[in-house]
Amino acid sequence: MTTLTFAVQDSATMTRRSLRHVLRYPVTLVVSVAVPVLLLLLFVGVFGALKAGLGAGSHVSYIDYVVPGIIVMTAGYGSSVTAQSVNRDSTEGIIGRFRTMAISPASVLNGHVASALARTLVSVALVIGIAIGLGFRPTADAGRWLAAAGLTALLVLALTWLAVPFGLAAKTAEGLTGFILIVQLLPFISSAFVPPDQMSGPVRWFAAHQPFTPVIDTLRGLLTGTPADGSALAAVAWCAGLALAGYLWARVLFRRNLNR
Amino acid sequence: MATVKPDPSNGGTVGAASGSPAGPAVPAPRDRGRPGRGDGGRGSMTSAITAAGLRKSFGGKVVLDGIDLEVGAGTTFSLLGPNGAGKTTTVQIMSTLVQADGGEVRVAGHDVARDPAAVRAAIGVTGQFSAVDNLLTGEENLLLMADLHHLDRAEGRRRAAGLLDKFDLADAASKTAATYSGGMRRRLDLAMTLIGDPRIIFLDEPTTGLDPRSRRMMWQIIRKLVAGGVTIFLTTQQLDEADELADQVAVLDHGKVVAAGSPEELKRSIPGAHVRLHFAGITGLDAAERALGGAFRHDDTLTLEVPSDGGAVAVRELLNRLGDTAAEVDEVSVHTPDLDDVFFALTGRPTAATTPELENAR
Repeated sequence: MTTLTFAVQDSATMTRRSLRHVLRYPVTLVVSVAVPVLLLLLFVGVFGALKAGLGAGSHVSYIDYVVPGIIVMTAGYGSSVTAQSVNRDSTEGIIGRFRTMAISPASVLNGHVASALARTLVSVALVIGIAIGLGFRPTADAGRWLAAAGLTALLVLALTWLAVPFGLAAKTAEGLTGFILIVQLLPFISSAFVPPDQMSGPVRWFAAHQPFTPVIDTLRGLLTGTPADGSALAAVAWCAGLALAGYLWARVLFRRNLNR
Repeated sequence: MATVKPDPSNGGTVGAASGSPAGPAVPAPRDRGRPGRGDGGRGSMTSAITAAGLRKSFGGKVVLDGIDLEVGAGTTFSLLGPNGAGKTTTVQIMSTLVQADGGEVRVAGHDVARDPAAVRAAIGVTGQFSAVDNLLTGEENLLLMADLHHLDRAEGRRRAAGLLDKFDLADAASKTAATYSGGMRRRLDLAMTLIGDPRIIFLDEPTTGLDPRSRRMMWQIIRKLVAGGVTIFLTTQQLDEADELADQVAVLDHGKVVAAGSPEELKRSIPGAHVRLHFAGITGLDAAERALGGAFRHDDTLTLEVPSDGGAVAVRELLNRLGDTAAEVDEVSVHTPDLDDVFFALTGRPTAATTPELENAR
């Protein structure tokens, strides 16, 4: 068999391993759905009355405005789980074992990424299902749903490839706090819950220019038909750039000697 | 620099199985169709591992300062040393985890720097800290390894079941590894290493932290592996372990090999052997001390320690000399230094002071 066949076979084995972890401890999946749903309920309950404040999107109900942001938060939460699971592998020594075996080196990280993608997309699907039950009314046709799913997958891929090097670099689980804070809090300072043009000064500038905002705006445009102002290109560029940066960094860390 | 040479006359029971230079000490067919797998075992390979001038520094701190080693195929080699001596780093370099700064290492005939994939195909590594997947069951851990070795499903299940049985883990096969005791985790770890049927196994402090029973069990497993023709590279800080298992020992201190040889050779290389004579009364002790001279007396225990190589000739001569006196010997015992004495003699002082002494001794 060829090297490529082995690489695919090993990656599949590693993906099965990671998915088995998810199935063995379904509470991870439950929490990664429950937290975004809780936030959804909280924000709809607290800000639902502020329909008039939504500016250009004011014809939509607040739940329709907020669900795209909740989708992004679900992806962020998923990536923090990924960082923890990569970190556990790396600190418990099993990555060391894999590295002394005649397996495709890329398969170790590929397995994490593939299973994280599957796990997070399932979480997102469940969150959207619950949101619809709570009154979310997307207007998208099949094509737009497909585009939204594609962008979500790209976002999850980017956040996962960012999570992997953070997980490899941290010497303890506590070392991940910074990464987890960033991916879980950054969506709050974006267009997720309030349009940036209603924010003030530097916060507005930050919210308008950070990577989550174009992704949220594009998803909102696709799902609820609000104008997205050409944010799709920025969204795809941000995701592709972050995915590439994370991938390259992860590769450097993984290939580097254990010189520490 | 000390070099360990495989000595067929000194291999004990193991040497009989592996000493034959005619063919490689490989028990089972190895060819799995993987690149690199199998070709290393074809030629007449008598050394499983060689290291020449091995050097490594971490951030300016010299960890390995020119190490030469040679491990004969089918033998057990023990690298002995205190914490921080460089044992784990040596294993990490030999198992392709870390690149050396200088020197050459060949494992199973392959250069670890130039052909790490071929080395990985030949080795198994069980590190100091159990590298098992805590979230999977014991059986799932083994099946994961079987999949990564590209064994077919039936063969993987067969080997996993066999190893679970052999390592006394069958009852715990469907429990997650997180619930295992230290000894069970170490056994599972080793079982995972064995599923690929490696010819060369690195064991980095395999019994550290284990209770005496688990430790003996691990020793038994290691002996069986060697009997099956596997080469074992063992690091330990426990002298009795090296004494118990190893054909050849190298003592590592501050990144240098300060002594090498069989456990017996090492024990002979340091002074400290003596004959202990126990007397019935103080008069006998006095008479014997006068007759022998140069002995250490212990009045409280009525014993006399006479420096000696402890051989039968020396002991007979000693007793003959006492036969001419009134000293009545109650009890005679011969004491040879154990590896602990060797270890302290070699590493208890700065390396610079021990090295010349050792060279004299050899």
